[in-house]
Amino acid sequence: MPTDPTTPIAILEPQIDRWRDYLRRRQTVHAVDVAELEDHLREVIASLIDGGLTPDEALLVAVKRLGAIDALSREFAREHSERLWKQLVAPAAVALPRRLRHEPIVALGLAVAAGVLVKLPALFGLDLDADSGFYARNAALFILPLLAAYFAWKRDLPTRALGLPLAMFLGAALAANVPTFTPGGATEPLVALHLPIALWLAVGIAYAGARWREVAGRMDFVRFSGELFIYFVLIALGGGVLLATSAGIFTSIGVDIEPFMEQWAPSLVLGAIVVAAWLVEAKQSVIENIAPVLTTLFTPLFTIALLLFLGTAAWTGRGIAIERDMLLLFDLLLLLVVALLLYTFSARDPQRRVGLFDRAQLALILAALAVDALALSAMTLRISGMGATPNRVVALSLNAILLVNLAGAAVLQVRFLAGGTPFARLERWQTDFLPVYGGWATFVAVGLPALFSYR
Amino acid sequence: MNLSKDLVAASSTPFVLSILAEGDSYGYAILRRVRELSGGEIEWTDGMLYPVLHRLERLGHIEARWEVAETGRQRKYYRLTTDGKAQLAVERRQWQAVDAALRGIWKLHPAPRFT
Repeated sequence: MPTDPTTPIAILEPQIDRWRDYLRRRQTVHAVDVAELEDHLREVIASLIDGGLTPDEALLVAVKRLGAIDALSREFAREHSERLWKQLVAPAAVALPRRLRHEPIVALGLAVAAGVLVKLPALFGLDLDADSGFYARNAALFILPLLAAYFAWKRDLPTRALGLPLAMFLGAALAANVPTFTPGGATEPLVALHLPIALWLAVGIAYAGARWREVAGRMDFVRFSGELFIYFVLIALGGGVLLATSAGIFTSIGVDIEPFMEQWAPSLVLGAIVVAAWLVEAKQSVIENIAPVLTTLFTPLFTIALLLFLGTAAWTGRGIAIERDMLLLFDLLLLLVVALLLYTFSARDPQRRVGLFDRAQLALILAALAVDALALSAMTLRISGMGATPNRVVALSLNAILLVNLAGAAVLQVRFLAGGTPFARLERWQTDFLPVYGGWATFVAVGLPALFSYR
Repeated sequence: MNLSKDLVAASSTPFVLSILAEGDSYGYAILRRVRELSGGEIEWTDGMLYPVLHRLERLGHIEARWEVAETGRQRKYYRLTTDGKAQLAVERRQWQAVDAALRGIWKLHPAPRFT
C-alpha cells in the first residue's frame, strides 16, 4: 500500500516490500499473519522514528525485535545476509541443523532400502505368487518401519520416544507370522487389511513426536497422510505411464521386459511411498492448494450421493440387501465420509467465520448418520439371525465406532454453527478418535483371528 | 527486570484477556499497554504476542476482525468473547490465590535488603 512520500517511513517501502515478500514465500506464514506482522512492524518503526532514530536504524531495530521470537525474521536476515541488517541480526541466527542438509540422500537411501527389503524373503525361498499370504500379512512391515525411521531421524527423536513404535512393529511382526493361518480363510485378509492401519499409528507417533498428545500434532499427521496419498497417486500415475511406454518401445526391438517389471513392481511401489513422504515434507505448498479444493468439491457430491440413496431407499421401501460385500462397502463409504470430514477440518483455517460450507458439512454428517443407522440395523439382524463370522464382527464393530463418531460430530457441528463451540472442539473430537481406530484395527488384526482360530 | 520464560508464558493469557476486557485492541497497542501497566518492568518480545493471540482465538476466548485503522492500513483488532470473560475470571482467581499465598509467606520472612 503506498504511503505518503513525505513521511520518513516512505523511503523504507522497498525494504518492507522485500521483508513482506520473504515472509509470504515462506509457506508456514499465512498471508493474513503477514499483514498483521507488517502492521506491527510499521507501528514500531514509526514510534522509533518519533523517538529520534533514522529510518534505517528504525527498520533494523524493528525487524530485530520482531525476530527475537519469530524465527522467520531471523531466517530472513540470514538469507539476505548481504543486506544492511546483517551486522545486527545475523549473530542470533541458528543454522539449519547439519544433518538435515543430507535429507534427500537419507530419503532416497530409505526408498532403496524399502525396495531391497521386500526382495529379502525371496532369498529364503518365498515366492510372491506362491506365498502371497505371507506377503499380504507383512506388507506394512516392509515399508512402515522405514517411514517411522525417517521421521525419527528427521525429528531427532529421543531414544525413549522410539520404544512405543518399535514395540508396535515387533508385536505386529509376531502377530502376522507366529500363528498358522488357514489358507483362503477369512482371518488372513483381515490381518493384511488392518495391520497397516494399526501400524500407521506407529508412523504417526514417530511423525508427531512429543506433539502426538496435542490436537495440532495429530492434525498435522492427518494432513500428512492425505498429502502422502495424493503425492503417491501422482507418482504412481507417472510411473505407470513410464513403464507402459517403456514396455512398448522395448517390444519394438523384440525384447519383452514385462516379466522383469512384474518382479520389481513391489520394490518400485514401496520406494515410491518413501519418496512421496519426503516430497510431502519438502514441497508442501503445492498440495496445500489442492486439499481444500478437493474437500470443497467432494463434500457436496458425497452429500448428494447419500441423500439420493436415502431417498431412493425410502421411495422403493427396500431394505439393505444382506450381502457380506455390501456391508463392508457401507463401512467403506462411511469411512470415506469421516476421512472427508477429518481432512476438511485439517485444511480449514480455524479462524475463518462460520460459512455456507460448514452448513453443507452438517448435511453430509446427518446423511451419513442416517445411512449408518440403516446399515447398522441390517447388520445386527444378519448377525443375530446367522451367527457371527470374522467379517460380520469387523463390519459391525467399525459401523458402531463410526456411528459414535458421526453422532458426536453432528452435535458439535450444530453447536459450532450456533456459535456456542469453538472450532478447536470439533478438531479435538476427530483427533481423539485416531487412537480408537488404531485400537480397533489392532483388535481386528491380532485379537479377532485368535478368537476365530485363524480360520 | 527480566522475567523467566515460563513466567512470561504463564502470565501472557491473563494479561491479554485483562487488557481486552478494557476494550478492543490490536497487537502493538497490547504490547504498549503491558509495558505501561508494569511501569516498563515487563517487556515482551514483539514476536511473542501473536502466537498467544492466535492461540486464544483458536480456543474461542477472543475474536478478531479486520478494520481500517487511522493510518489507512488494514489492522486486526481483537475482542474478548463471553468464553474469554469466563476464562479471565478463572485466571483471575488462580493468580489471586498464588499472589495471596506468596504475600503471606513473604510477610513472615521479609527479604533481606542485600543478598
